Amino acid sequence: MELDALILSRLQFAFTIAFHIIFPSFTIGLASYLAVLEGLWLVTRNEAFKALYLFWVKVFAISFGMGVVSGVVLSYQLGTNWSVFSQVASPVIGPLLAFEVLTAFFLEASFLGVMLFGWKKVGPRLHFAATTLVAIGTLISAFWILSANSWMQHPTGFETLPDGTLRAADWWKVIFSPTFPERFAHMVLAAYLTTALVVGAASAWRILKRGADEAPCLGLRMAIGMFAIAAPLQLVVGDLSGKEVMRVQPAKLAAIEAFWETRTEQPFHIAAWPDRATEGNRFEISVPKLGSLITAGSAAAEVKGLKAFAPQDRPPVFIVFWSFRVMVGLGLLMIALGAWGGWLMWRTRGPEYSRPFLWAAVAMGPAGFVAVIAGWIVAEVGRQPYVIYGVLRTADAVSPVGPGQVSASLLAFMIIYAVVFSVGALYILRLIGEGPETPPEDADEPPGNPLAAGTKGVRA
Amino acid sequence: MSLDLPLIWAAIIATAVLLYVLLDGFDLGIGILFPFAASPAERDTMMDSIAPVWDGNETWLVLGGGGLFAAFPFAYSALMPALYLPVILMLLALILRGVAFEFRHHGRARGKAFWTGAFAGGSLVATLAQGLVLGGFIQGVTLKGRDFAGGPFDWLTPYTLLVAVGLVAGYVLLGATYLIWRTSGDLQVRARRWAWIAAAATAGLLAIVSVATLLVHPRIAERWGFVDGAFDLSALFPLLPIPLVGLVGLAVVVLGIRRAHHATSLGGAYLVFLSGYIGLAIGFFPYIVPYGMDFRAAANADNALGLMLVGVGILLPAVLGYTVWVYWLFRGKVGGDAGYH
Repeated sequence: MELDALILSRLQFAFTIAFHIIFPSFTIGLASYLAVLEGLWLVTRNEAFKALYLFWVKVFAISFGMGVVSGVVLSYQLGTNWSVFSQVASPVIGPLLAFEVLTAFFLEASFLGVMLFGWKKVGPRLHFAATTLVAIGTLISAFWILSANSWMQHPTGFETLPDGTLRAADWWKVIFSPTFPERFAHMVLAAYLTTALVVGAASAWRILKRGADEAPCLGLRMAIGMFAIAAPLQLVVGDLSGKEVMRVQPAKLAAIEAFWETRTEQPFHIAAWPDRATEGNRFEISVPKLGSLITAGSAAAEVKGLKAFAPQDRPPVFIVFWSFRVMVGLGLLMIALGAWGGWLMWRTRGPEYSRPFLWAAVAMGPAGFVAVIAGWIVAEVGRQPYVIYGVLRTADAVSPVGPGQVSASLLAFMIIYAVVFSVGALYILRLIGEGPETPPEDADEPPGNPLAAGTKGVRA
Repeated sequence: MSLDLPLIWAAIIATAVLLYVLLDGFDLGIGILFPFAASPAERDTMMDSIAPVWDGNETWLVLGGGGLFAAFPFAYSALMPALYLPVILMLLALILRGVAFEFRHHGRARGKAFWTGAFAGGSLVATLAQGLVLGGFIQGVTLKGRDFAGGPFDWLTPYTLLVAVGLVAGYVLLGATYLIWRTSGDLQVRARRWAWIAAAATAGLLAIVSVATLLVHPRIAERWGFVDGAFDLSALFPLLPIPLVGLVGLAVVVLGIRRAHHATSLGGAYLVFLSGYIGLAIGFFPYIVPYGMDFRAAANADNALGLMLVGVGILLPAVLGYTVWVYWLFRGKVGGDAGYH
């Protein structure tokens, strides 16, 4: 394949946004978790909650910083690499992105300062308010981004003027496009699960290495509670979202399931090797009739296959098919982990005494990140060849820049992100390895103040 | 009565960019001054003085980019490809310096040294890149219709390099005067010395950039009444308050440095920046992609601008309100205030 500016820009966007989404999907959940911890500490005055807050706020500070700087890139990259997209989409989704900055980013950034450095400047209640505002800010941000993305997946509430430009006709239908509610719920649940998996893994690791102290046991039980509720709920929400995909993006659904023929009694492919060249699956392991049942609710239902669409209108199949299976497979493992942990909590002395469970929780620590990225690959690659579904093709959306510039920037992003990511991951894992400290003697010690951490380390 | 929405939005975006420059300017300036600190402890104090606010400061840059996308999509879609490499360079540099705030405190010996360097280097490169963007913008962008049609290195000229160096001096002045306000003792003494040097450099470079800007495009020269090698005083006179504000600002800077008086020198530096900002804007207004697309041609649909104006009317006062509150909360000397730790 020739490396032109289009494919390089697509690679760059995929790389930078996949890198970015790692951090919001963690910090959306972590901010809410911190607000809950601080609230519980204020109500119960149980120092274990405070120890957990002081520990996780340090992890939050690192992750949030990486999310901020990798997010700034995206607000400029739409112009540097996707200028035609910007011209076409801005009349409709421009306000949504502007509102994200005004309602979410400023809120998060300003109150993050209070959250990290204001412990002594404001009282505990105001500090709790700051933590809560940061948490609300992360959810507002997710609201606008999912709103804009849902519109791009299934544009509604707009009209096309004679000169080909778009205009919003009904802002309500733009902001709350039909697929938005399910997709927003799906993403927020995914963020909460991702955070719970990390908290569960860190707590389990701590218990395995240093014994069952109060704080890690509390963290582990809170994480299990989240798995037990959110993981099954996510299956339901994900299924609703899938039904919407079948309704508004049948080609994406056909790619997800590697359906080629349009027929009733579609089989469900557990595994397959879809091949666009031969318009079929090179091999498949399938359950008869189950495909129609899962996707359409009845084995007798007719479900469209990829051949119903012209070859140039079909999304890539292999990556969509497998990403979907990775996402769902991990989701099922999360449900299993929640059920296992819940059973241990109700029927035994507790999950902290089951080493197999603790190791399983550690192993599942990164599962949320993998599932989030796999899910976004399904959503974004499955929408191809369109960037605004049915309106603008990705190939027509690219900027008038040369491949030289884009390859230079892509290479630079890869190098810098590799350094930043590996160092950030190292510092977070190192913190998690150390675990939460026993409740500090000085109850006024500021949470997450890097100065406090810095004085213990080496100065440079 | 119908509102002139594109004009209002041009004012909003211009204000956002100005606020970005004034606020993140001292952040970046402090980063550039990092290598000149006397000790690691001084560097910690310098960083602590901006740690609670840098993220909010940088958000104005996101509003500048996101706002341009939303309010003037045709300017956004022409300028970003035109300034591709310096914009990407700025973003990469901002990443390195942004993560350094946290990473520096988690690194051990080598890691900490690396992120100290990354904070300083990232701040310097981000500033230079912003200067190249500014210079590339003022000297003009080649358009075909509403799209960029120039080459990948159009932004690299002696003029843009001059602007970039000038911006470094200016940001260092903001950083040094901010430190005079927020620190005490030896570091404040050092900050005053940095401020003297930066003030002299800023004054000199601003004068050179001003002259060079007159020569970079005939339209700017005409606007300032500089035609055929002579000034037309009737055009120049109404604009004289602009450089005068800059001179007053410099005097306030000098006064503030001599007395090490709170934020006086920072306020003076802000006047200098305001003067430079308006002075440059006079040259290219009403163009938003100099000198081929004015802000009306670049504007988004009226219904989008109208919706956003309602949002901004409600939200921006709140944003400004809590931003001021956060600054007020963290006022006072860093390190001298026992409550900070």
